[in-house]
Amino acid sequence: MPEPHAPTPAGDPTGAPAIELVDVVKRFGATTVLDGLSFAVAKGERVALIGPSGSGKTTILRLLMTLEEADGGFLYVDGEPYTHEVRDGRRVPIPEKRRRRVRRRVGMVFQQFNLFPNMTVLGNIIEAPVHALGLAREEAVARADRLLEQVGMADKRDARPTALSGGQQQRVAIARALAMDPEILLLDEVTSALDPELVVDVLEVLRTLAETTDLTMLIVTHEMQFARDVSHRVLMFDRGRIVEEADPETMFTAPTHVRTQAFLKAVLG
Amino acid sequence: MPDNLQSLVDALPRLGEGVVVTLQLTLGGAALAFVLAVALGLAARARSLWLRTPTRVVVEFFRGTSLVVQLFWLFYVLPVFGFRLESMAVGIVALGLNYGAYGSEVVRGSLNAVPVGQWEATKALSLGPVHRVRRVILPQAWALMIPLLTNLLIQLLKGSALATYILLHDVNYEIGQLRIATRDTFFSYAVGLLVYFALAYVLTLGMNALEVRAKRRVGAGPTLREVVRLAPVPTSVGAGAA
Ligand SMILES: Nc1ncnc2c1ncn2[C@@H]1O[C@H](COP(=O)(O)OP(=O)(O)O)[C@@H](O)[C@H]1O
Ligand SMILES: [Mg+2]
Repeated sequence: MPEPHAPTPAGDPTGAPAIELVDVVKRFGATTVLDGLSFAVAKGERVALIGPSGSGKTTILRLLMTLEEADGGFLYVDGEPYTHEVRDGRRVPIPEKRRRRVRRRVGMVFQQFNLFPNMTVLGNIIEAPVHALGLAREEAVARADRLLEQVGMADKRDARPTALSGGQQQRVAIARALAMDPEILLLDEVTSALDPELVVDVLEVLRTLAETTDLTMLIVTHEMQFARDVSHRVLMFDRGRIVEEADPETMFTAPTHVRTQAFLKAVLG
Repeated sequence: MPDNLQSLVDALPRLGEGVVVTLQLTLGGAALAFVLAVALGLAARARSLWLRTPTRVVVEFFRGTSLVVQLFWLFYVLPVFGFRLESMAVGIVALGLNYGAYGSEVVRGSLNAVPVGQWEATKALSLGPVHRVRRVILPQAWALMIPLLTNLLIQLLKGSALATYILLHDVNYEIGQLRIATRDTFFSYAVGLLVYFALAYVLTLGMNALEVRAKRRVGAGPTLREVVRLAPVPTSVGAGAA
């Protein structure tokens, strides 16, 4: 994994990757979306997933959030089996109770924000820290205020999500995910539902986040400049397979695979 | 006609008592129906077949058998097996079971109508299954289900008139008494129509107020005060109307 300019991800003494997929298979009905996909992401590493639409990028994130169930293979977080394990030589699902413990380390920001409309901005952010982590309310509020400051939404603390622009909603959604203090953050095309003029603010928040934390991040994006700026490594997907893997510099200046070349030519023009 | 009015005035206190009985049946039945509707509506969405199958059977049974027959069973047949309930209890239980079964379909449909992204967000935030429904999903489903529940409530009010057959002195019964006193069928049933209409209207107003409040809570629609004042309300197009 040569990285000429990007900072090296923080090393982990135990050596276990933050995320590991081994031979993951995912089907929807008759279509096989992922057919034995394997890759690993080191702790603190930021990996961008690029590739044409329908190539399975969202599915990978959804598997890691356990919003989808893999039909084959294994997912590990910090080396710990997450959804399935081998017992008596058979692949068996891990009970929800154990999954829940691992899931807490994973956060996700969705394309469509998915803020809770029945709560204020502050309510959205403190709900899970208070009720899922058991944080004291004052502590959760203090954390929320800090995060709202960070994403530039402090003045909308008491607003309803429906009263905010898409870009503002997405920044709140980022704060909400961060309030759970995850180790891994999954970002699924977080700017693609936004009007072009609102994209910049959201990306700026994420750039700062990348610079100032050692969060492990999986970033699905069509913003190639953003991917290039914040990621340590880029994986190019096509039809559920990694067709090329490189550091951002190489991927965006000297891609070797024809499919990558065609894809980048299409998105970069 | 003046005789009729005199009879009506004489009958007013009893008609008032009838209204109280009808309201007890309606509100008691509605409360039970609502609890059942939410429980059955949630159970119908459960992943486990052990929960879903009996739920389906219960719902289909109480929807598919008529309210009169259920009333008669509870009132005349159950005592044969040693269970004797008071008339009012029978009325409330029968109405609750029958409309609870209908209501569960409304609850189920409304839960399904909450965008799937909301469920996914609760999971991504590690909110527990009970918590996610109570704090996130139900408040949103509630705003969607109220108009349909209002229809059921009005039907339940009208269905409560069957209580006359289990010897309750509800509005329907008192109208019958008025007819006997006046020997004027047209007049008596006209009064009956008006009383039921007035009750239905009041219930509808109450439910509309609930709906406005629930919509407001999910950040859509005008406030109750704006509605009551009939102030010009910006045509609410979901987002942006805050
Ligand atoms: N819930 C689903 N049901 C059926 N097919 C699905 C579902 N989700 C995704 N797919 C299919 O899986 C493939 C990969 O989708 P996705 O992971 O969303 O791709 P990407 O995010 O790269 O655009 C697509 O062909 C898509 O149609
Ligand atoms: Mg996608």
